[in-house]
Amino acid sequence: MERTIKIPELSLVVLVGASGSGKSSFARKHFKDTEILSSDYCRALVSDSENNQACTKEAFGVLNYIASTRLRLGKLTVIDATSVKPEDRKRLVKLARDHYVLPVAIVLDMPWQVCHDRNNERPDRQFGKHVVMNHTSALRRGLHSLRKSEGFTNTHILKGVEEVDTVKIERQTLWSDKKHEHGPFDIIGDIHGCFDETQILLEKLGYKVSKIDNRYSVKHPSGRKIIFVGDLVDRGPKTPDVIRLVKHAIEDEQAFCVVGNHDDKLKRALMGKKVKIAHGLQESLDQLEQECESFREETKQFLGSLISHYVFDDGGLAIAHAGIKEEFIGRGAPSIKQFCMYGETTGEIDEFGLPVRYPWAEDYRGDTVIVYGHTPIPEPEWVNNTINIDTGCVFGGQLTALRYPEKELVSVPAKKVYADPIKPLETKALRSSERSTYDLLDLSDVTGKRILNTTLRKSITVHEENSAAALEIMSRFAVDPRWLVYLSPTMSPTETSLKEGHLEHPDEAFKYFKSQGIKQVICEEKHMGSRAIVVACKDAKTAAKRFHVTDGLAGVCYTRTGRSFFNDPKLEKQFIARVCKAVTNADLWKKLDTDWLVLDCELMPWSAKAQSLLEQQYAPVAVAAETSLSEASKLLAKASKRVSDVDALKDDFKGRLKLAQKYRTVYQHYCWPVKNIKDYALAPFHILAHEKNLNMDKDHKWHMDLIEQLCDVDPELFQKTKYKIVGLDDDTACAKASEWWEKMTAKGGEGMVVKPMEFTAYGKKGLIQPGIKCRGPEYLRIIYGPEYTRPENLDRLRSRGLGKKRSLALREYALGYEALKHFVEGNPLHKVHECVFGVLALESEPVDPRL
Amino acid sequence: MLLTITTTHNPATDIGYLLHKSPDKLHTKKLPFGQAHVFYPEATEEKCTAALMLDVDPIGLVRKNRGTAFPLDQYVNDRPYVASSFMSVAINRVFGTLLSGTSKHRQELVDQDIPLEAKIYALPCRANESFLKDLFEPLGYDVETESYALDREFPEWGDSPYFTLTLKKSCPLRELLIHLYVLIPVLDNKKHYFIGDDEVEKLLQYGEGWLKGHPQKEKIAHRYFRNLRSFSRIALDRLKDDNPAIDNEEESSGQVKADSQEEVLEDSIQTEKRISLHKQRHKAVIHALKEHNIATLLDLGCGEGKLLHFLRNEKSLSKIAGCDASIRSLEIAFDRLKPDEQRRGDPVIELFQSALTYRDKRFRDYEAATLVEVIEHIDEPRLGALERVVFEAANPRVVIVTTPNSEYNALFETLSAGQFRHADHRFEWTRAEFTEWANRVADNHGYEVSFHPIGDADKKYGAPSQMAVFVKPDIEEKKAV
Repeated sequence: MERTIKIPELSLVVLVGASGSGKSSFARKHFKDTEILSSDYCRALVSDSENNQACTKEAFGVLNYIASTRLRLGKLTVIDATSVKPEDRKRLVKLARDHYVLPVAIVLDMPWQVCHDRNNERPDRQFGKHVVMNHTSALRRGLHSLRKSEGFTNTHILKGVEEVDTVKIERQTLWSDKKHEHGPFDIIGDIHGCFDETQILLEKLGYKVSKIDNRYSVKHPSGRKIIFVGDLVDRGPKTPDVIRLVKHAIEDEQAFCVVGNHDDKLKRALMGKKVKIAHGLQESLDQLEQECESFREETKQFLGSLISHYVFDDGGLAIAHAGIKEEFIGRGAPSIKQFCMYGETTGEIDEFGLPVRYPWAEDYRGDTVIVYGHTPIPEPEWVNNTINIDTGCVFGGQLTALRYPEKELVSVPAKKVYADPIKPLETKALRSSERSTYDLLDLSDVTGKRILNTTLRKSITVHEENSAAALEIMSRFAVDPRWLVYLSPTMSPTETSLKEGHLEHPDEAFKYFKSQGIKQVICEEKHMGSRAIVVACKDAKTAAKRFHVTDGLAGVCYTRTGRSFFNDPKLEKQFIARVCKAVTNADLWKKLDTDWLVLDCELMPWSAKAQSLLEQQYAPVAVAAETSLSEASKLLAKASKRVSDVDALKDDFKGRLKLAQKYRTVYQHYCWPVKNIKDYALAPFHILAHEKNLNMDKDHKWHMDLIEQLCDVDPELFQKTKYKIVGLDDDTACAKASEWWEKMTAKGGEGMVVKPMEFTAYGKKGLIQPGIKCRGPEYLRIIYGPEYTRPENLDRLRSRGLGKKRSLALREYALGYEALKHFVEGNPLHKVHECVFGVLALESEPVDPRL
Repeated sequence: MLLTITTTHNPATDIGYLLHKSPDKLHTKKLPFGQAHVFYPEATEEKCTAALMLDVDPIGLVRKNRGTAFPLDQYVNDRPYVASSFMSVAINRVFGTLLSGTSKHRQELVDQDIPLEAKIYALPCRANESFLKDLFEPLGYDVETESYALDREFPEWGDSPYFTLTLKKSCPLRELLIHLYVLIPVLDNKKHYFIGDDEVEKLLQYGEGWLKGHPQKEKIAHRYFRNLRSFSRIALDRLKDDNPAIDNEEESSGQVKADSQEEVLEDSIQTEKRISLHKQRHKAVIHALKEHNIATLLDLGCGEGKLLHFLRNEKSLSKIAGCDASIRSLEIAFDRLKPDEQRRGDPVIELFQSALTYRDKRFRDYEAATLVEVIEHIDEPRLGALERVVFEAANPRVVIVTTPNSEYNALFETLSAGQFRHADHRFEWTRAEFTEWANRVADNHGYEVSFHPIGDADKKYGAPSQMAVFVKPDIEEKKAV
């Protein structure tokens, strides 16, 4: 009969056999070339010769390196070396265990004569009989230990030529692999014998629970399935019923259950092993004593059949009693089982004599949702995509279920306190809020070269030097990362205009969007202040709940680089309160069904934030220009009375003086002193996000209409943004918008921003610019210098390249969008922060600052 | 960009011969940065004024240097309008013949004292206005200055850094031009061209006879070389003076400047012992390290590596490391510490970038962590993150924290009430505030904490700085309990 060997799909397969036993042919027959690591091949890699025994050590160094890399990446690996000595195999077993992979041995036990004959046929293997004989006898001597004590999960011995030639190998998925199960699921926390609460919870979740002939039936009308996180037993009043219900549900394929530490201990007690009777084990044993012998046997079998963890939904969900590290998911090893049942401890003991648990979830960075129990807590809290749902039912808390994929929590209160917790749950509550894991970011979340994949754009690269620069700004100057849910992207100007006296003109913006197939744009007045992001919560409680910030603030206002806008915290508090009041008065909390908003705004005056820039750069240039140009004009006028050839120079300098004066007028327009909140003007133009909603996909009219309502209730603080909606096929409308722009800019306005109506828009080659700024000719004096409009200057300035700026604008936009998306979806802080940090890092890329 | 020279020497128009520029014409010369014009607004026998006017091309200026980190590469700048080193270049190029001491038609006038008045418009001087007088009065000039408001619409913005400077003296015209040639760039403190070896020669050549005796010669040398110390040292050494103490006034980075300000401030109150406060701080830290048998140390927020420098030969340490968020500071620290040149037996030095509000695995590799004058540079609401990063995640056996004692500020005469010692300080704590914070942190994370004053204590206000030493109780001991 043909023999079939089953091996786990992720394992380290060690072939054992003398030289010439046919390992390489065997391996090639059953495994992919890339799965096989042969010691001979590694010898050749390092020394150009497959048979160079002198470099055995180096060759195994290479083999080990490749094998361990493959195992780390989760790839089955076959070791094709003689491995006839126990010490050689021991190293390989350790290698497998180090990577939580199952080691499997396949022994090719051939008569030595066969091996010798085969070697004889090969010119490169002309060594004496004794070599093969030694191999074979070493192998046979070691067979017993190989099977019993070397630590292989399975040892398969193939005897003789025929068996080796005919054997079949079948790869098996791990028991934990339930990736094909997509749910939806209801995941239930630690039950500890609380049968009544379990039944109530299941019914609350919509399950029909019935009992016929001592057999439970649990079914959900829409086919949902249950997952139990373990610790079914001990402490509580009805452990046998819980076991029955769970066991029957599993048998009916309605449920899954992972093993908890209590379940495991009870099993061992039932097996007659010596265990310390404590922590409620006695209750279980007493209750089982009331049952018949066969039920106790069934219970023992059932508990023994529970495995450490499951992976569901294409790897989207993992369940383990005490949690699981990312590198353990979908692997098998005794140490993983230990971790899954007990978690990890720091080796320290707290004041209640309990081991201090290592906060593995804080380190977790995976995409798989991990649901677990084990440690009773007052309220489940998401930590980096993981959630503990043990709410201490047996201690008088609640029994909690998590709906997946909905991520909704459903709980029922305990009927009574069945057991006294070793430390009070209240203490836990205190500790848990203190240790709020939402604020601790890891340096590895942000530094080094990073490649970020976003919804709008794939693989955005952030270079190491840029993240280094961003780290300094972020850590020294930015607001608390929990508030920093978004940073605004840079914005590109229009293509350069060839119109006389212009560098930028609306025509170019229209042309760009038209060429991208956009039908309708919105032209929004561009205010000249400082870009500000305002995060406003209904109250400090919302801030604590939604933003995890507990210092009593209900919001913040920060700049393009994440710095707090106001240096005075009192003023900021007043400002936020004022914004919130407006939101309340405009009834937007209700209209949007939210407790918080993120607003994208311009905050005026410019001088409020740019004072030092004005005093150190803009105003001095005006002083220097006016002083020297006016003195020069006077002297030239005087000289022209005597010397005729200075006339041209005289007129020239007079003209230049006028430009210098115009330059001063431009910036003066954007300055006024600010003493208190009344002196500020806030012009919001996007409601970027609110509860459950990322609004960067809503059209601009939606934004403008809501913002108008906000402006109407507090016209003193809020300033409306004038806008025009323009159909790009309508030439008259375009011309009118240009006229409008000319009028605004002639009066000292900065200009306007042209945006595709639908906010986030796509063209022929994917994402297109979300906005193009079109700055007025006067405004540009403070960008390109007072005299940039002189024809000889303008001509030279026209050769400016926009490519870099536009690419940067898109990358930053995609990252900002992604950051907010993560926040809206309630994803872990590091996900949000990684993107925000990326925007700041990209901002440090060198781009012409005048664009 | 504008300089006028007026004389009442009779015949005044003779300066046309000295300058080799006829008063009846406009003279234009092309220069790398634009054009220089010479013309005479007034030219009579009694009084004659020559104007040197630069027409700097503002666009060419920026475009030429595009892609380099050259300081002129700014979009809006004052270069086209001020009297800068461009003016010096123009003086040299336009009046070169006179500078070299020759005049074709009036050789006898070259070295003759004549009454002169020079006016320089929009002369930048970011230092004190009196610096103008300090520079020119020792050379015998009558000095008048006129200042300008930054913006008349906004008087609260104060005055601009530009002056119109009027200098009067009876001296050879050549002498006046040489003084202007050297001192205009000194005032401006920005040079437009790269500094090379021949700069030293130029300064020495034109400084002959007057620079050596000038009371401000160090400042002139420093500023002439735009604070590049090595050049100014060469030049000063070659002036063959008694090695003048080089003052600390200016250094390359703003941070350094601020730090030294703080030290100057703190040093100002020390007694004759003259042990600077930061040295005392370092001594206190090393004392604590020794007391707790520390062999490996991480200086969190090491800045430019002052503490590490102090510890670099300490035999009791096997590894000392520093981290900071600022790459620039780390570069300076690297240059100062030269980790590659440590001798055998001295501690190994490591430097890396990190931030104290992010958890960093590398922090766990040390027995002790020091935060010397660091926490006050972090926004108070962010201290919670720092606390967790240092005490919970890194969790070293010993943590040493020092911070200013704000009560002591009352003794700094130059500090007004409520003002901090350093512009970047986000807060400064009293002894009670520091104690409260440290006790809470120790409590939360299982440390024992002790407090130590640093510097000579005042009866009422305490010591200028304060130190908390956090120690984790012996783990073995704890288990036994």
